Amino acid sequence: MIHLEPRGQPPRWLSPLLTVAAVVVALVIGAVVLALVGGDPLKSYLHIVDAAFGDIGVLSDTLVKATPLILTGLACALAFRMRLWNIGAEGQFLLGAWGASFVVLGLGLPEGTPAIVLIPAMMLAGALAGAIWGFIPGILRARLGVNEIITTLMLNYVALAWVQFWVFGPWSEGGFQQTATFPREAWLPRLTDFGKDIPLFSGLTTHVGLVFALIATAVGWVVVSRTRWGYEMRLMGDNAAAARYAGIDIRRYIVVIFAISGALAGLAGMSEVAGSVHRLQDRISPGYGFTAIIIAYLAHLGPWRVVVASILFGALILAGREIQPSGVPAMIQGIILFCLIVADVFTRYRVVAGRRAAAAA
Amino acid sequence: MIDLTLILAAGVASGTILLFAAVGEIFAERAGVLNLGVEGMMLMGAVAGFSGNPWIGLLLAMLAGAALSLIHAVVTIHLRAEQVISGLALTFLGSGVARVLGDGLSSAGSIETLPRLTIPLLSQVPLLGPILFRDQSILTYVGFVLVPVAWYWIDRTRPGLNLRAVGERPAAADAQGVDVVRVRYAYVLVGGLLAGLAGATITLAISPGWFGDQTVAGRGWIAVGLVIFAQWSPIRAAVGAYLFGAIFRFILDLQGVKSLLGFDNPFQAGRSATFFLEMLPYAFVVLVVIVGSREALRRRVGAPAALGIPYVRGERGA
Amino acid sequence: MTATEPSAPRTGSLPLALEARGIVKAFPGVLANDHVDFDLRPGEVHALLGENGAGKSTLMNVLAGLYRPDEGAIRVDGREVEFRSPRDAIAAGIGMVHQHFTLVPSQTVAENALLGLDRPRFRLDLKHTEAQVAGLARDVRLHVDPRARIWQLSVGEQQRVEIIKLLVQGARVLILDEPTAVLAPQEIADLFATLRSMVATGTSVVFISHKLGEVLSIADRITVMRGGLVTAAGIAPEGVTRADLARLMVGRPVLEQLKRIEVEPGRLVLKVDEVHADSDRGVPALRGASLEVHAGEIVGIAAVAGNGQSELAHVITGLRSCTGRVTIDGRDVAGRPAREAIAAGVGHVPEDRAGVGSAPNLSLVDNLILRAFRRPPLARGPMLDDGAARDKAEGLREAYAISAPTIDAPVRILSGGNLQRLILAREIDSAPKVLIAVQPTRGLDVGAIEGVHQLLLDLRAKGTGILLISEELEELLALADRVLVMYEGRVTANFDSPTGGDVEAIGLQMTGGDA
Repeated sequence: MIHLEPRGQPPRWLSPLLTVAAVVVALVIGAVVLALVGGDPLKSYLHIVDAAFGDIGVLSDTLVKATPLILTGLACALAFRMRLWNIGAEGQFLLGAWGASFVVLGLGLPEGTPAIVLIPAMMLAGALAGAIWGFIPGILRARLGVNEIITTLMLNYVALAWVQFWVFGPWSEGGFQQTATFPREAWLPRLTDFGKDIPLFSGLTTHVGLVFALIATAVGWVVVSRTRWGYEMRLMGDNAAAARYAGIDIRRYIVVIFAISGALAGLAGMSEVAGSVHRLQDRISPGYGFTAIIIAYLAHLGPWRVVVASILFGALILAGREIQPSGVPAMIQGIILFCLIVADVFTRYRVVAGRRAAAAA
Repeated sequence: MIDLTLILAAGVASGTILLFAAVGEIFAERAGVLNLGVEGMMLMGAVAGFSGNPWIGLLLAMLAGAALSLIHAVVTIHLRAEQVISGLALTFLGSGVARVLGDGLSSAGSIETLPRLTIPLLSQVPLLGPILFRDQSILTYVGFVLVPVAWYWIDRTRPGLNLRAVGERPAAADAQGVDVVRVRYAYVLVGGLLAGLAGATITLAISPGWFGDQTVAGRGWIAVGLVIFAQWSPIRAAVGAYLFGAIFRFILDLQGVKSLLGFDNPFQAGRSATFFLEMLPYAFVVLVVIVGSREALRRRVGAPAALGIPYVRGERGA
Repeated sequence: MTATEPSAPRTGSLPLALEARGIVKAFPGVLANDHVDFDLRPGEVHALLGENGAGKSTLMNVLAGLYRPDEGAIRVDGREVEFRSPRDAIAAGIGMVHQHFTLVPSQTVAENALLGLDRPRFRLDLKHTEAQVAGLARDVRLHVDPRARIWQLSVGEQQRVEIIKLLVQGARVLILDEPTAVLAPQEIADLFATLRSMVATGTSVVFISHKLGEVLSIADRITVMRGGLVTAAGIAPEGVTRADLARLMVGRPVLEQLKRIEVEPGRLVLKVDEVHADSDRGVPALRGASLEVHAGEIVGIAAVAGNGQSELAHVITGLRSCTGRVTIDGRDVAGRPAREAIAAGVGHVPEDRAGVGSAPNLSLVDNLILRAFRRPPLARGPMLDDGAARDKAEGLREAYAISAPTIDAPVRILSGGNLQRLILAREIDSAPKVLIAVQPTRGLDVGAIEGVHQLLLDLRAKGTGILLISEELEELLALADRVLVMYEGRVTANFDSPTGGDVEAIGLQMTGGDA
């Protein structure tokens, strides 16, 4: 019978190797399942690669899809580090998108308000709205021990209905489920805006939100690995009792982390409405907040893996829009996550064949 | 006009869905394993209902749920992975596969559903009779029977005693010769079976038709929340489930009428204010979970003590 | 279980109650039992002696069906048996009371007893079981309420429940693993009386211990293990001295050579004044506890588990809210967060090394800087100086001889003794004004215990005040300048410069004094 034995200290190359292996295995399994259901896996996979990386135009679109994933991935990774299960990134994203839209559509600012006023205001509003949406489950967990998985999840649905109300109602444009296009001053600068000076950039939709995302990743990495807060979070994530013993105020951390997590996801929402879609609409998120969970799971191995994973998943989302049937990307995500989980187990444990043993008495 | 009896009867029917899912999750969690994949398993169960014959569909639904939960069981019990993440992965997987399989299925009620029954004597009981026993799907009656059976099993039988010990202190159960691994596997599978059944209840009894992941619309998550509110008791879960069923039904009806108390109904489907109604069930779950948590704090009882912690013989802790 | 030819009767007319021949049991990295022989005569108390890690618990776990031996044979009443699980052992009449009780806290005594029974198979009749339990308890003169929930019982009562549980299941061989660790002297005497009366009815008892004095007083025969081997098999206690046993246990003459110098107690560093606090269960645990500790003195607290000493430690270190006053070097920290107690100069060596005192999956570095990370040189503004952290870790590792492959290794791989060294290193390095040490040598082997004791004495010589909470009276007598007794949440007695002759008096106070 085989059983597991903890490794003392895994070799450094083991984890990246197993991660890559997991993704490859997942893609193979996905191909098998696709074939079983009557699809053409090779064609689908090639299509994804082509549709996402085929030329500089689609590559630029992939980066646009990756941007909110990086931010929501960071949001979830931050919380998960402390074993706080923020499953509400989707709702916090929506609230952020709404908040940013509110600045444009709800405040009644005069026409021609310059970008230098609008953009920071939208960023602030988006982050704040997301932070509030994260604060609610955070304080419930900190003060009353309420299970944050349920609360964050339920708030996702509430957030969706909230956005739908505004989009179908007060802000609806011509009776459709989307708002009017934002004025130009509310658009985040895109590469294509410089198309006149640099012809290469013409038509490229990648926007400055990507810069926010990369800055957030860098700041996040510094905080987590080099600051006292990062140390305290590490301690809390491993052993909450030891963290208390060390004098850390766990309840305050829970609330703060949830709020920051929400703010990051909210910023992602703002960046999506201001940089990519330029309006608020019903289907503003193709499940960024949920894909972020998988990305966050990779993050404990390093923040730059978040960026790489976001690009790959962004590709999946971009090309996935055209894939039939529509459940395929979700299915592949599930398989990838399972394979990653198993890979993580094999990083931490060694498989041993032989008689059942237990820890020495 | 809104007929209260009809609403409550429909609420009981709708609540049956949540009931199966919640009781299944109670079994799994009582054994110490958190399974967050309920939503995915329910979707698989729902899509399995479209297998032509409703009885075959029912069977396939339960098998599908059990099969999915088996993955979760292996990953969390044998591989000792984090139960939260595995459950989420299961949700992705289950809903993805279900949507792949369900692609192209129509949203019109074009499948054969399970038979409905009216129980002769009981349905004439004043007040409760017409609500509980008139023109209900077979599955609703199964639900009525499941609750006391589940309670008796957990509270008054030897297997139930073993179950409770495994979820509270597996080391104690192990030392007494109870096979912790086998018990946990068994009840995770039971949970999956019931989740699949819950999904089938949607398409084979309540609202036949496929609407992608809107077919389940978050009810799997609501069921997980209900387990907390129910303090892991099948009877309280039933109360919560039927209550929510009524709320869902009430919202649906409210969205359907043109005039409300003599005024023009702003919550009509198609008008923007209807989305506030849509929020209600989910906001209510949050409330319900808060209530459950406060009570747990107060009574110093609560979740099975070993919930979420993998069991390794020889390690102290749970 | 398989039955083969009964073996020929041994010395005396009765077959051995239990016999193990050639038991081999290996774990990754350690050979816990190396061809061990052990036998138990019917109606005897047989002590199994050895220090932590000698293999005695492993051997007994094999006999109780928890582990399968790699090699070797077991016979019960002369019949060869093979245990595939604890169930088989219980069916053969062998029951074990572990150090860490295997009781389900939220269930009742009767339900716990029921857990191991085969019958009833399906429907439970709780009333019948409760009557059964009550009857058995009366027969062996152990007082326990079958309807009480385990978490409501004291540790001593829980131990009685464990024994009753085994008797209900029909155990004829009782294996007790370090049973006196959690008992006061009076309760130990009661336990021994119970064992004697059980043995008189034909039950056989294996008594695992590392306490030489107790072993000599209760055992009919003694077996000593060391490093997986048997160094003395079934010897009679007559004529054997504690030094003999110690030598058999450790392999070298053991006499704790502690360097203890005369220190004048200095200023008041800790004052606890009329403190009230609740336990985790919400019942009052401290009911007006008061004490004082001065610089350069070790104050010991002797108490039976559950009399408020754990809560006292929490209250002083800021981990539990309370009313009253807790003054550290003049600063009142009662009811204030842990951070303030730390800033005031409290060090804490907690009862639960792995569960509270360390983060098992983090590195040695991360664990060693736990007290120092907020101040320079480790902290520069919000940043943590990685180089300085590693320097400190390396320095502490050398100074305190913490055995680990690297400073990046996760702390969970450390042995108990090394982990305790790490915790002590960290706490001492933070230069506390007063150190609260709770059960600091629990589970450590003799060498490690000596090391810890010397560290504490050295710290005392440097002027730190130490509050030593320990269940080992011998340890308190060896180290403490004064011994206080806690009973039911209050400090009830003070013994200055106590010696061995005070043990009886201290024991009496621990169980409430003159009733």
